Amino acid sequence: MISAFCLVPLSRLFRPRGRGVAGCGVAITVLLSSGLLAGCSEETWNNPHLADEFGKNIIYSSFSERPKHLDPARSYSADEGRFIDQIYDAPLQYHYLKRPYELEPNTLTHMPDISYLDADGNQVSADAENVAYSEYLFELKPGIQYQPHPAFALNSAGEPSYLFASPEASAAYQHFDDFTEQGSRELVAADYVYQIKRLADPTLLSPVRGLLSEYIVGMTEFSDAVTTARKSLTQPNGWLDLDTLTMSGVEAIDDYHYRVRLNGKYPQFKYWLAFHFFAPMAREVDRFYHQPGLADRNIVLNWYPVGTGPFMMTRNDPNEVIILERNPNYRDDRYPAEGESTDGDAGLLKDAGAKLPFVDKAVYRLEKEAIPLWTKFLQGYYDRSGIASDSFDQAISVGSQGISLSDDMKERGVTLDLEVVPGTYYFAFNMLDPIVGNVGDAQQREKARKLRQAIAIAYDQKEMISIFMNGRGEDAMSPIPPGIFGYQTGEEGINPYVYDWVDGSAERKSIDEAKRLLAEAGYPGGRSATTGEPLVLNLDTTGGSGGSAMQNWMVKQFKKIGVQLNIRGTDYNRFKEKMQTGNAQMFQWGWMADYPDAENFLFLLYGANGQVVSGGSGVNSTNYDNPEYNRLFEKMKLMEDSPERMEIIRRMIRIMQHDVPWASAWHPHSYVLNNQWVSNSKPHGISKSILKYLKIDPQLRGEKQHEWNQPILAPLWLVALLIAIFAFPGWIAFKRRQQHRIADDSSSNNVGGH
Amino acid sequence: MLAYIIRRLGYAIPILLGVNLLTFALFFVVNTPDQMARVQLGDKHVSEEAIEQWKAQRGYDKPLMFNTEAGGLGLVTDTIFYEKSLSLFAFDFGKSDEGRNIGSDIQQRMWPSLMVALPTFIIGIAVNIAFSLFVVMFRASVFDTAAMVLCVVLMSISGVFYVIGGQFFFAKLWHLVPISGYLTGPDAIRFLILPVIIGVISGIGGGTRLYRTLFLEESGKDYVRTARAKGVPELTVLFRHILPNGLIPILTSVVVVIPSLFMGSLLVESFFGIPGLGSYTLDAIQAQDFAIVRSMVFLGSVLYILGLLLTDISYTLVDPRVRLS
Repeated sequence: MISAFCLVPLSRLFRPRGRGVAGCGVAITVLLSSGLLAGCSEETWNNPHLADEFGKNIIYSSFSERPKHLDPARSYSADEGRFIDQIYDAPLQYHYLKRPYELEPNTLTHMPDISYLDADGNQVSADAENVAYSEYLFELKPGIQYQPHPAFALNSAGEPSYLFASPEASAAYQHFDDFTEQGSRELVAADYVYQIKRLADPTLLSPVRGLLSEYIVGMTEFSDAVTTARKSLTQPNGWLDLDTLTMSGVEAIDDYHYRVRLNGKYPQFKYWLAFHFFAPMAREVDRFYHQPGLADRNIVLNWYPVGTGPFMMTRNDPNEVIILERNPNYRDDRYPAEGESTDGDAGLLKDAGAKLPFVDKAVYRLEKEAIPLWTKFLQGYYDRSGIASDSFDQAISVGSQGISLSDDMKERGVTLDLEVVPGTYYFAFNMLDPIVGNVGDAQQREKARKLRQAIAIAYDQKEMISIFMNGRGEDAMSPIPPGIFGYQTGEEGINPYVYDWVDGSAERKSIDEAKRLLAEAGYPGGRSATTGEPLVLNLDTTGGSGGSAMQNWMVKQFKKIGVQLNIRGTDYNRFKEKMQTGNAQMFQWGWMADYPDAENFLFLLYGANGQVVSGGSGVNSTNYDNPEYNRLFEKMKLMEDSPERMEIIRRMIRIMQHDVPWASAWHPHSYVLNNQWVSNSKPHGISKSILKYLKIDPQLRGEKQHEWNQPILAPLWLVALLIAIFAFPGWIAFKRRQQHRIADDSSSNNVGGH
Repeated sequence: MLAYIIRRLGYAIPILLGVNLLTFALFFVVNTPDQMARVQLGDKHVSEEAIEQWKAQRGYDKPLMFNTEAGGLGLVTDTIFYEKSLSLFAFDFGKSDEGRNIGSDIQQRMWPSLMVALPTFIIGIAVNIAFSLFVVMFRASVFDTAAMVLCVVLMSISGVFYVIGGQFFFAKLWHLVPISGYLTGPDAIRFLILPVIIGVISGIGGGTRLYRTLFLEESGKDYVRTARAKGVPELTVLFRHILPNGLIPILTSVVVVIPSLFMGSLLVESFFGIPGLGSYTLDAIQAQDFAIVRSMVFLGSVLYILGLLLTDISYTLVDPRVRLS
């Protein structure tokens, strides 16, 4: 096409229309046949990382949402946990390889010793009726050191190097890097106590303060004392030494032992001990960041975390990059020698007993868009990647044998990590709603229950997962996801109100059954038996007001039984408001586990956690409130895993299945791809502290990056050629015009002629 | 001229006050302080007490515009609007709802924005002027028509298409530049090439059409005809006579945007992962961070007013007939 175009005398195109100028096709033809369309180079030009990092033991990853809080008292989201959980050392951690999830000591010598006390402080057995307190005794491993940090720097007199009386005194320190002196010290039990006191400080807005205040003895009183003490500070945001106040239930016994006393029994407390909320905070660090003037320069703990973990944050620019580097003071920590039965074959035990961490540095770059992220993974510039919907077909093949990597991925040596995420998404009813809710007299409530059951049968969750989630999920029979105690498989595990057990698998009940239930509910054929009006139900969502493929599909599900679905799109604020005031009718919501315990899922339907009754702070979005369910929940949550607890969980699930507060639910699957140079990767649904286990082969990565990213220069030559094609005849036409004499131009009387 | 400038700056105060009032009203029509607190505190375990504490820490526990409980001036001054607005006029942007110093963030993030916007702006103007002069030179030819068709085509294509197309060809297919990202120092150059090229190409259509019109108008004037009649070479006519005089109206459209270059581009910065002020504003809107939104809107208004003032001043510099009074 270009050749044909160029063979036309192009200089003619630059003439005023109607005039003739000689062509230059020969020149263009020569240019085209000059063979300049090839190009190659030894360099990779598209490397998004620093050139001097090439070949180093650095793992490259990305983040899409900037972390808001890096203070372990405040942070609660997974986006933040993936950074600070590498820095802060909680007393306990999850075993990296074992499933079901198992806790193990992290900075402790052994799991905490738990004793039970009656109201008079006398020790009683765990199953005694009169347990008033649980006491946890912790023993720290000796010799654990903090990362190097200016807060620990001391001058020759043994005083802190950086102690400022006024903002003017700290004016020379405009950036964190201006603090050139650093120090460290040993981790002591008082640091853990100090952090628990920070959790109680109302000004820090810790999300777990309300919950923990119910259990930790003296926490509420401590919060009040802090509020009072803050009022007497000379500077409103000045430092309050929390060690000047005591919390009766928390005590540092000596440098290596501390004790926490809880009201009653709270078996789930052990899981909280694996959270960064309970990681240590050195008093010096808190003092350092509260010095006058530093907060105005954004030098705050919320931005520059300080811990004893395997990594330390050396750059925090969440608009561009976050860098974690190996903590030079990190303790002797080893890769696990045990795991699941398949871990040995998967090569996950090859490094058993090796010193952690394996990588020297982790570079996280901000990637808001899916396409650049995926492209960089394919180019070898990111070591690991999730799979966006757009890239799913390129990465995964779905066949009769199930899912597997596509041929392209296999050729690249990519490996796939797959795990059922310990979370549940659900499509639910507002149980306070007059049509679908559990309100009115017994007959009215039963009719509404049948209506909910009819919808639950009609709403084909499995189809939704297949069409819209690329099959990345599984239909849920109860709130409890696989891998958590209480999850049941087989015939016992199905929801008998929605499914039948047919030929060894769960089969959704027929639409006829749904229609029968709908008629019994007072809506035969989807119309009110009394008024004849069609039944119109409303779904409140933040995903727009209908028209999307997903929403069309949902409308179709309701149409199966003759019910009209009206989708009410709204912004997030309005949606939250509707939920808090109980004005939604149907909605979709989700929950990701805090810890691997049935209580953390079954509390989603506990009456006291209702959104409306709790003023918006509860997690029970449906406002479901069944007295028997509540009673069983209160009993179950205090029990350790046992057959008896399992039986109670079964009964609770049957109750909720009968009452149908949720039309449907599903548990998502997580797919993570690893480039061939990544090893020891095993997804962990709960713990974010997994960076220390990952290993890479930087040499292989460098080779592959070089092989996959050779610049292709031919297009540049082509562009240059195209410019020449247009410029050359233009130049000829211009020269002719310059030599053009008016007297010689008989066809024009106009000077300039244009 | 000094009196004129002072007067114009005086006019700016009510304009900025109005802009601030409008931003405030629009923001709080959609978001209440309670909702802002919930967004910041997250979904899990958020108590009413925590919400109240959050509001009190950031001054959102007061009435929006009028405090009927306060006496005297407190009716107006003891309000969110007054407390959040007053400091803006001293360019004290305060802290974001996350607790970070906005002034520091702006200082840090304006440089990446400038690194993209300035070369795009300068190269874009140069390319547009060169291309339009080239078109003017061959006016009324097939090339002229083809160039104008090309310009309309370039104008009709969405900016997102340029970005995605550019990333696909230059970065993904040909491996010539990184697909996105940003590094500081000299390493920034390879990340800027593609956004700048895309910025320049996407601006060629509109720019060339405008400049061509201005230059064509100029080329039909008597002094140009006289120059040609005297036998002045066409290139000299173009560059010595048409270009300088054609630049006066161009100045109107150019000078006004110079201060706004600091504000960055929402689209380019977002797609290319450039940590500038464009993405800063976008993130703040998504996070319902009113402190940043009002600061950026205020700053944008100030820069726009400054741009208009500079335009007026620049007229007097390039055209001696214009006098400010």
